[in-house]
Formats: sequence, C-alpha cells, structure tokens
Amino acid sequence: MCDTMAWKIDKQKCLRCGACVSVCPELALDLREDGLKNDMKKCTLCGICERVCPSRAIEVKK
Amino acid sequence: MIKDKYDVVIVGAGPGGSSVAKTMAEMGYSALLLEKRQEIGSPKRCGEGLTMNTIRILGELPKNCIAQEIEGATLYAPNGNRVLVDLGADGGYVIERKMFDKWLAVRASRAGATVVAHSEVTEVLKEGNQIVGVKATIGGEEEREIRAKIVVAADGVESTISRKAGLNTTNKLVNVDSGYQYEMSNLKLETDRRIILYFGNDIAPRGYLWIFPKGKDVGNVGIGTAMADKSAKYYLDKFIASHPEIFGQSSIIEANSGGIPVGGFLENMVLDGFMVVGDAAHQVNPIHGGGMKEATMAGEMAARVMDKAIKENDLSAKKLSEYNRIWWNERGDKLKKVEKLRHVFEKLSDNDLNMVSESLTSDMAIGLTRGSKMLSMAKILMKKPALAKLARHLI
Repeated sequence: MCDTMAWKIDKQKCLRCGACVSVCPELALDLREDGLKNDMKKCTLCGICERVCPSRAIEVKK
Repeated sequence: MIKDKYDVVIVGAGPGGSSVAKTMAEMGYSALLLEKRQEIGSPKRCGEGLTMNTIRILGELPKNCIAQEIEGATLYAPNGNRVLVDLGADGGYVIERKMFDKWLAVRASRAGATVVAHSEVTEVLKEGNQIVGVKATIGGEEEREIRAKIVVAADGVESTISRKAGLNTTNKLVNVDSGYQYEMSNLKLETDRRIILYFGNDIAPRGYLWIFPKGKDVGNVGIGTAMADKSAKYYLDKFIASHPEIFGQSSIIEANSGGIPVGGFLENMVLDGFMVVGDAAHQVNPIHGGGMKEATMAGEMAARVMDKAIKENDLSAKKLSEYNRIWWNERGDKLKKVEKLRHVFEKLSDNDLNMVSESLTSDMAIGLTRGSKMLSMAKILMKKPALAKLARHLI
C-alpha cells in the first residue's frame, strides 16, 4: 500500500473490500492481491474514497 | 495445465464468474476461470442470505453450504414496532459462502471449465479496440499472456478489469453502500429461523442493519449505510454496544467489509471481445443489496450471447450488446423500479418509517423487494400529505 502526507491508509483498519475502488472517479485506486494501491499521479484528493470506506481506513487531507 | 488460448477467460470466481464458466463449458466451449485470491469464497463480502428463488435457479445446495434454513423476517421500525414477514415458499437459507462459492467453482470445473485460484489478472490485452486476452500471474507465477475470444469481468465491486479494458464502471458515491459485518457467536436470539432487520436513521443511515442467523447462537451481524457522517463500522459497533440483551456475551469470529452497489445500472456492459457481469456491473438488488441471484442470472445471459457470437464468428461490441438488451429486458427494468423505491426509502425520517411499519404487510414487503406493490407503498406514504410528492415517484 502506498500513501503520502495527503492520502493515508490505515493498514490495520483496511479489510481490502474494494468499496473505495468502485467509486474513485479518477481510476487512481486499484485493489491488488497484495493490497490497495493509489496512483498519486491520478489522485485529486477528492475524498470520495474516505467517505465510502466502511471502516474509515482512508484519511485524505486537502 | 493452463493453455495459451481459450474461448473465454473469466476474471473472478464468485457466483457470476462461475455461472459464466459453467454455462460456457456445458455448451462445449473452453473456459478459464481465474480467481486472484488464494481461496475461492474467502474472505466473504456478503450477508449470506439466499432465497428459494435463487436456489430454484441454482439447483439444491449441498448440505455443507447451508448454515440455517430461514422461514421469515422480523423488521424493526425505529420506534421498535415489529413487522413479521412470513416468507413461506419464498424462504431460503443463510449459507456458508466459503463452501458455496467453492461448490459453484467445482460445478464449473466438472462441466469442463478450468478453474485456478491464486491467479491475478494484471492486464487486459488489446488489438486495436478488440480485447483479445489477459496477462495473469497463474498460481502466483510470473506474468504470462493468455488469449481469449472473449474476456469476462466478474471481478466484484472494485471491477478493475473493466476499467483496464476501457469500460468505465465507476459508480457514484450515492449508489454505493458501505457495508461492515461481524460473524458473531453466543448471540441471544429469539429464534434462528428468522432474519432480523433494523431500520432507522440513527441505527443505519439510508440503509439497514441485519442479523442473519447461521444456526443456534451464531450469525452474521452487519450493516449497510450510505452517505453517513460516520463509518459503517461505527454504527455497527454502536448498535452492538446498545443491545446487551443480544450481544452481552457474544464474540466476534470474523470481520468483513464491503462496498454494495445499490444503483447506477450500466446501459452498456460490453466492448469488442469483452463483457462484465455481477457486482462489477452493479447488478445488485438496490433495496436489500443481494447480488448472488443477479450475478448468476446475468452470467447465464452473457453465456447465451457469447455462444451466438462465437458461432457466428462476430465478437464485436455490437454483437455482444445483445446481452445489454436481454439483461435490461429481463432484470434491469425491474431493478430500476426497485432503485426508485430505494431513493424514496432513503428520504424517510424515523417518524415516516414508523408510520410505514404500521401498515406494512408481509406480502407487501416481499413484493417491494421485487419491484411490485409500489402502488400500495405509495398509498401508505400518501397518508401523510408532506410525503405525497415523494410517493408519486413510485407510481
């Protein structure tokens, strides 16, 4: 899993369900067998992934 | 064991993928079904409720797939008012997805399909606009190319394969429920033969909370919420803490989360040499969030269309779009009505939900999940003048 100062994933909370991937408007997120990937080149920090995450494992700072 | 070329490669061994693989194999086509996870059926992203309707499509389940037979449902309005729904012949089972998904894959393999777990599709192969296969790490080994006349994405809610193929299946936030669920033991339930559903904007904003018994004192305790201020997990934990009469001595034996597509059906589900089925195509009943029946049916529809396309040697999107037409005709139009009901339901206050519970009958509740009885529901809402406008959406 990758993260930056602005987009953070809590690996303990993430259950790799893919809810975030299904709503990412920039197609930046990918759920691979080895974890959730966010392509920061595509990510606009819109925060939709944070809203849908059932365990709020994602934190987006704008 | 794995060839370089198949008639169809299916990505994802859930109910949708196995349905495609089995149906294609039965018609004599070579089918490769790939599952990225080490174990088919695990971790589950599901409440595990299956109605008789679905069982009639699938055929009787082996005993090890069935956790509990279900006769009815108990619905709780926010004020605690109870509505008893007698499912009668429409009852069903709470199943074990871990066994069930494997059984579906086993059936596909017995029909002649090749199934491989721990095999992740990393890329979709294209020649111009035509999808011609995939790159995959079969059994975790080095990436290799596998050619196919048609690639089917049955890869669940995240549906990354569709996007890699060039079909944007991104759903709107309002159309995806946040789901969280514990499998719990040592629950104190009145009966293990009824599922229990709790409604209320403080309990499960724009959704509901469920207890699906899995035999004696074990059950799935889960929640679906939408656009809520706090996480689905927060609301579930809060409910459990506030109901010691059920959960006082209980334990958590499994935790799962999931995104549940509850709307946003796709007008187009095909590309040249490519189709999408199941959760990946948002084929889920928007009122209860169940997707196993939809995925199974859509898988069979997709296979029927592929059969024709391959026989006529026309793998174009235009040819495969017959699947769009069939799906919308047989399922989409009905589910669209259910989606409308959901949008109305989401706008109801706790007082409105209490009022509905006073008049809701067993037959109505069952009908509503199938896109019928909308008029009866509208009549209930119209008792309150302020809801008349909302009620008109159902007519």
